[in-house]
Amino acid sequence: MGQPAGISVTLNGTMMSEQPPEDINDDFDIDDIEEIEILELPLDVWHRERGARMVEFAGYHMPIQYEGIMAEHSWTRTNAGLFDVSHMGQLMLSGEGADTALERLVPGDISALTEGRMRYSLLLSDDGGILDDLMITRTPMGLYLVVNGAVKMEDMAYLRGELPDEITLNYMEDRALLALQGPKAAEALARVVPGALRLFFMEADMFLWGEHPLWISRSGYTGEDGFEISLAGELVREFADALCAQAEVKPIGLGARDSLRLEAGLPLYGHDLDEQIDPVQADLKFALSKRRRDEGGFYGAARILSAYRDGPDKKRVGFAVDGRIPVREGAVVFAGDEAVGLITSGGFAPTVAAPIAMGYVAAAYSEIRTELTAEVRGKRIAITIVPMPFVAHNYHRKGKSV
Amino acid sequence: MSRYFTEDHEWIDIDGETATVGITDYAQGQLGDIVFAEVPSVGAVLKKGGDAAVVESVKAASDVYAPVSGTVTEANGALEGDPALVNSDPEGEGWFFKLTLSDAGELDGLMDADAYRAFVDGL
Repeated sequence: MGQPAGISVTLNGTMMSEQPPEDINDDFDIDDIEEIEILELPLDVWHRERGARMVEFAGYHMPIQYEGIMAEHSWTRTNAGLFDVSHMGQLMLSGEGADTALERLVPGDISALTEGRMRYSLLLSDDGGILDDLMITRTPMGLYLVVNGAVKMEDMAYLRGELPDEITLNYMEDRALLALQGPKAAEALARVVPGALRLFFMEADMFLWGEHPLWISRSGYTGEDGFEISLAGELVREFADALCAQAEVKPIGLGARDSLRLEAGLPLYGHDLDEQIDPVQADLKFALSKRRRDEGGFYGAARILSAYRDGPDKKRVGFAVDGRIPVREGAVVFAGDEAVGLITSGGFAPTVAAPIAMGYVAAAYSEIRTELTAEVRGKRIAITIVPMPFVAHNYHRKGKSV
Repeated sequence: MSRYFTEDHEWIDIDGETATVGITDYAQGQLGDIVFAEVPSVGAVLKKGGDAAVVESVKAASDVYAPVSGTVTEANGALEGDPALVNSDPEGEGWFFKLTLSDAGELDGLMDADAYRAFVDGL
């Protein structure tokens, strides 16, 4: 079989890392490889002590799995999983008018966000392509942004270049970020930070752990109820231990994070989203706030709003896969003999107990229940467009009984 | 019967002219949870180093190369219903296929169990 190193490289490569463009690979030589420094996050040793297998992801050593992706995935769906997502970029935008300035680059209603509320949004290029997806929260200190680790440097350069000089952009490099996800996340966190339970889905606030401030939001990337906790890097080891001391909590690697988010129908930047794709093609119309649709005034508004009105030329959809063969990123989608789409994420879904996939198809073929095929190793696998999520979301929404 | 190993983490049991092929415990541990295994058809002629089978974990597909040349005489049908056999018993019930050796001389370059263990320890 493939090289032993190849196994982990393949795992990492097909899975989540930013794929380098082909032309970069062409003039790769060993000197370049040696110059790439892979960074360590504050929990590096903590992961290794717990038996994590570490891989390079977004420029950091990250835990891909501990006991195994299937076990970790199902633990998160039934108990609570603790994810280290400290590779993600935590940014603070402050200064008078930061919200309206940011609105030129994102299609969400940021001005209307009240303190402690957050919104999923998209960072747009000047032609309306998606440069990143991100969370934006209004805090007393400014707008708190969480962006993808693999593109955080590019995001910061872009924001700095696009925003007026009087808006301050602070990269909170010294902060760690944890996600506690799963149906028992709330009861576990209640014993460590009791106050946090008053948050509903997409709300955030500051809480004290002893005398240490934690910024906690009720949000995540698994489809489950859960929390994301931003805290000082020097505190994260002790805090992760406090969470893992709860019987419901186990550390979970990036492998299960990917299979969980795929089942939840959530796109992964660099795979399901990129700068060639606009928000309507990506089926993220909910991120286009009503006021912004009416007023425009964001990058790519003409293209995006016309696609919103008339329908996109192609669309992100979910696929059920016939049989047991996983259909993965890069597989071409066919209607008869005609290539009509491309798989952008796919794999075995532990909770569904079958392969599932996500990808783009031409609008004419994007209706639910459309039967298509995907090519895997020269064979055509039957796939059917199904609604996403594949596994129902279990968010703790305001107004919903507990 | 003697068992050989390759640097690509396959094992080969030799019984006369018949070789049984699978992946090692080390390999299954690296791959993680196996969700699908594609084995060659009976009668397929395999060339040493060529594609022989595919093993899919939750996250990735990996090729299994033919460790020796020969003609496939049997494939492990049990893997279709229970691919996790590759995790639970990789060097036993989780075998992939059997073939008739076309060149017994190809075994010469392979490792025995001790040499393979030393090879894995050095990775």
